[in-house]
Amino acid sequence: MTLLEVAGLNVFYGDFQALFDVSLSVPRAGSALALVGANGAGKTTLLRTIAGANRAASGSVTFSGTDITTAPPYRRITAGIALVPEGRKLFGSLTVEENILVGSSAVSRPGEWPLERIYEVFPMIAARRKQRASVLSGGEQQAVAIARALAAAPSLLLLDEISLGLAPRVVGELYQTLAGLRAAGTTLVIVEQDLARAMAACDDLVCLLEGRVALAGPVSSVTREQVVAAYFGQVRAGPDDVG
Amino acid sequence: MTALEALRVDGVAKSYGSLAVLRSVSLAVAPGEVVGVVGPNGAGKTTLLDLLTGTGRCDAGRVLLSGRDVSRLPPPARARLGLGRTFQVPRPLGDLTVFENALVAAVRGAGLRGRHAYGAAFAALSYAGMAGLANTRAGGLRLLDRKRLELARALAQRPRVLLLDEIAGGLTDPESEALIATIRAVNEIGTTIVWVEHVMRVLTAVATRLICLADGRVIADDAPAAVLASEDVRAAFLGGGVL
Repeated sequence: MTLLEVAGLNVFYGDFQALFDVSLSVPRAGSALALVGANGAGKTTLLRTIAGANRAASGSVTFSGTDITTAPPYRRITAGIALVPEGRKLFGSLTVEENILVGSSAVSRPGEWPLERIYEVFPMIAARRKQRASVLSGGEQQAVAIARALAAAPSLLLLDEISLGLAPRVVGELYQTLAGLRAAGTTLVIVEQDLARAMAACDDLVCLLEGRVALAGPVSSVTREQVVAAYFGQVRAGPDDVG
Repeated sequence: MTALEALRVDGVAKSYGSLAVLRSVSLAVAPGEVVGVVGPNGAGKTTLLDLLTGTGRCDAGRVLLSGRDVSRLPPPARARLGLGRTFQVPRPLGDLTVFENALVAAVRGAGLRGRHAYGAAFAALSYAGMAGLANTRAGGLRLLDRKRLELARALAQRPRVLLLDEIAGGLTDPESEALIATIRAVNEIGTTIVWVEHVMRVLTAVATRLICLADGRVIADDAPAAVLASEDVRAAFLGGGVL
């Protein structure tokens, strides 16, 4: 069964159409999809629509065989979808641990991600568990944001620009952690500005251009020129499935 | 500076606290040129427009309009010397009609009075394709028409140099074509245009030169095809490794 299927999605902000007939699929558990594109291409809107934070005007989102297009965000979290939002959006006045517990409180069943396991995966925040999130470094805050999402025991983790503003070394550490999550069976959809990093971490790539799918296919099949052309919009066709 | 330059920026720098947004940016635009300004998120594009219009103050460097140093002039004075601007998010005076919006721009922006102001307002609406909606309340306009009105308000100030800030996002293909035709028409009457835009397909249909900003610096200034083929530009947009 396909894990995530997005079909013909149209999303608006008022009369501004942000997504036009967007379709993509994440076929199997433990895989990773890179979602790339220029500013304003619709990447964040697509992630938020999958997570239920934005409403689809038409089209569908199917997760593990269930149509969740109209399901509210909390239902999607309990179904196994967690979003790590752009800009982290931590609760600055809460401690690291309280932020993580907010994530686990979103699901009623005992999580596969108890605090001990989360601290094993993110040793950089284990020592700071009692400190307020607002005093952490950018990299530590990003780790807490991912940890908060993991606490909801997701099978699908949506990650929006996790490397923004972080030192390359810290980004490298975060991506190593993501590789470990994949190996443990978590499926990833990654929005990332650094194309080389995204492609190294993922099996498949979707490039959005002006709210439309400009290129889609396995990372191993897309060429540099195809990605550059799709990114800059020097050619615009319908979905160009190279897979 | 030469008499042939409509706009010149000499070593302009701007920081917000410890964050250097622009670091010694220099560029020159000839009368009648259409120059596109591109760059990844955070490159300093909108800050550059702010310094050109006087909304922001340069920490260092100069801005010259037709050879005159306007660096210390406030925005209204620069507008009266022929510098017009559109904003990324159109904010028309919603309770006024489309015509009244353009009239306010002609009176307040260009200092016109009486029939001269009326003439400028109507001409601006005609160029922007809004004459047919002159008596419509601006608050009820759809997105494309709000963008057209934003352009008309800038044109009603009779600018010699028009600065456009991301006006092509969220448009359908026919709307994009209409926008391209409008900007060409505005340029054909002798208006110099500096256009910050991320929709390359629309921008490169009109611009004869692109300037790419990254990390607060000009990293490319050349014909559009040459800029988009530049390895430095690709690395700036797509990350250091670029596949």
